[in-house]
Amino acid sequence: MKEASGGNLLVRNVHLFDPSEGISKEGESLLVLEGRVASPGSSVPAGTPEIDGRGGLLCPGFVDLHAHFREPGFEYKETVASGSRAAAAGGFTSVCVMANTNPVNDNAAITRAILERAREVGLVRVFPIGAVTRGLEGAELSEMGALSEAGCIAFSDDGRPVSTALMLRRALEYSRLFGKPVIDHCEDMPLSNRGVMNEGTVSAELGLAGIPNASEEVSIARDLAVLELAGGHLHVAHLSTAGGVRLVREARRRHLRVTAETCPHYFSLTDEAVRCHGTHAKMNPPLRREEDRLAVIAGIRDGTIDAIATDHAPHAPHEKEQEFDRAPFGIIGLETAFSLSLELVRDGHITLSELMTLLSARPAEIFGLPHGSLRPGGLADLVLLDLEGEWEAGRPGYRSKSRNSPFTGRTMKGRVAATIVGGRVVFKESRP
Amino acid sequence: MPERSLPSSPPSIGPHLLSLSGMTKEKITSILDAAETFLDVGHQTVKKVPVLRGKTLVNLFYESSTRTRSSFEIAAKRLSADVINVTPSQSSVTKGESLSDTVRTIEALGADGIVIRHASSGAAAFVAERVNCHVVNGGDGCHEHPTQALLDLFTIRKKKGRIDGLSVAIVGDILHSRVARSNILALSAMGARIRLVAPPTLLPRGIEGWPVTIHHRLDRGIEGCDVVMALRLQLERASGGYIPSLSEYASLYGLSARVLERHAPEAVVLHPGPVNRGVEISGEEGFLNEVAILDQVEFGVSVRMAVLYLLMGGRPEEAALLSMPARGEGS
Repeated sequence: MKEASGGNLLVRNVHLFDPSEGISKEGESLLVLEGRVASPGSSVPAGTPEIDGRGGLLCPGFVDLHAHFREPGFEYKETVASGSRAAAAGGFTSVCVMANTNPVNDNAAITRAILERAREVGLVRVFPIGAVTRGLEGAELSEMGALSEAGCIAFSDDGRPVSTALMLRRALEYSRLFGKPVIDHCEDMPLSNRGVMNEGTVSAELGLAGIPNASEEVSIARDLAVLELAGGHLHVAHLSTAGGVRLVREARRRHLRVTAETCPHYFSLTDEAVRCHGTHAKMNPPLRREEDRLAVIAGIRDGTIDAIATDHAPHAPHEKEQEFDRAPFGIIGLETAFSLSLELVRDGHITLSELMTLLSARPAEIFGLPHGSLRPGGLADLVLLDLEGEWEAGRPGYRSKSRNSPFTGRTMKGRVAATIVGGRVVFKESRP
Repeated sequence: MPERSLPSSPPSIGPHLLSLSGMTKEKITSILDAAETFLDVGHQTVKKVPVLRGKTLVNLFYESSTRTRSSFEIAAKRLSADVINVTPSQSSVTKGESLSDTVRTIEALGADGIVIRHASSGAAAFVAERVNCHVVNGGDGCHEHPTQALLDLFTIRKKKGRIDGLSVAIVGDILHSRVARSNILALSAMGARIRLVAPPTLLPRGIEGWPVTIHHRLDRGIEGCDVVMALRLQLERASGGYIPSLSEYASLYGLSARVLERHAPEAVVLHPGPVNRGVEISGEEGFLNEVAILDQVEFGVSVRMAVLYLLMGGRPEEAALLSMPARGEGS
């Protein structure tokens, strides 16, 4: 990201919408000067680029707390460049990228390399997440100080849980030095017992090994007890179960410093999707029962869940086109997250203001990230939304290098028309 | 075998046999009736009929299996088909060719049908989505083993004269059993009453909607049953922590002449084989002879002849009876 060269831009004919600033004004224009929202009455410099908002909603850009860009090491799945293009197309202006690359992002050199690639690509802001333990092996703490200094904004062994309660205790205690969260993929691995989908009626019928809800719940319960002991900030990744939501809700009532995210697939689908989407509906945690889906929505409604993250996890076609139990876990999500989340608004579960908070202000706040704002002087990380526009997911293709999504072919209502980072247009939808 | 009932070269582009889910009583009955006519072929001096002459069947077995593979091979040869056995070694799977590429290659070689046995649940449907030839599920992971269930039904019908209304107890490792899943589907379609008898550790979660009653004690589970079906216990279940030991399993769930005499004296005893003597079925002298295993093996050939005939060479109107939707449609 070339901060110094923040752009000038005039966005005409938009509905300015920034709930965290209490802004909702139709028929407006917004002027951006050097990457920041200009004060009212500022004059438009000659040669300022313009875009016509066509009456769309102009909002702060989305912030994804959980994505996998796979670089270095798995560039055949995704790169910082392709992941950034997917993020921009999905309205995300900031993306936090997980450490399970090869080599693992457990040292400052890798962190700097990722940031350097992101700067060269120059589309969205990329925030590396450092490993909790060296090599994600769960044995020794990574050098969190060096990682933090190099630019890591959180720590996680995502892909697997923090190995033991003691390791989590040390990580939470030590991370207090930097005021940065420890993100845990909450799963009791022995209880999951090599399961490949949710344990329930569908797994029983398909003869696939099941992952019980208790696998997530046991792990969250452990983490919360350790959090109470150790202090620090625990962030629960991809919450998927009713019991998990309940545990986080209770901990919040006791004022423990725990935050949580969920992903669009956990409130959009159930394990029934495995029947028709096969390995494209295989991710970890797995799609759960309808009761869990509704509990996740309830957690979003009552604020137990702070953020909607994507857990964007690209895999190559030859990896997903395998027997179900052999295929890797994970689906892509950056390009479909907004439209799927908007269904929560259409179905009356939350308001549009609440959705914007879940996708932007709140995730940025809990991880301490810069985020867009429409107030004068605010960072011009913005997204232009066409709430009525229909499109078909994955057609003609995804910007991501991979296409492992159960939503491909689904008709979506509401799309991202343009994405602006630091006043520069990094994505503009080409309309028919 | 009267020629008139089996045209020598009937045109048939049939579907697959992947699962017994959605299979109606009529379809199952038609397969069992066809198997009945094929039973005689095995008793003739020349054990062949020319109905699949010129067709090639590939047995693609990723898991070792003597009886199922041999049974399909004999069945296909009695129908005059050419049979090729492909047995990729388990160890080469991870570094070698993908299943997808393997089956496309086999199809390109000119296979008219593939029988697939694979350790992954869903593998047969996976193959069927990728080839244009017929696919028969010879057992996929813990999912289904349709021809085993059909031969079990055939054996029951032979021994009891009917299936409708019978009480059938399935005893053992339901959780990991493809034989149990296919039997539950087929037996319930035929109107049998099904009891599952197993310790809670060997029952799947999420079976509340299944048309079965659950029993944890063997004596109550088989009380008054017409059929007792013992499942093979994979010996590694003890080390996997599902049961404390094989001897404890044998004492709680092993079938013996004594327990059958007391609780289900009229029952036919079935076992898909191979038997772990002294585990699922007691090793006592003479008792094994009462178990219908060898009948099941013999009937298995006829049932597989019927399936291959109806899929690959049967008259179109008969093949249509087998036309079932592929698993996983809808929603």
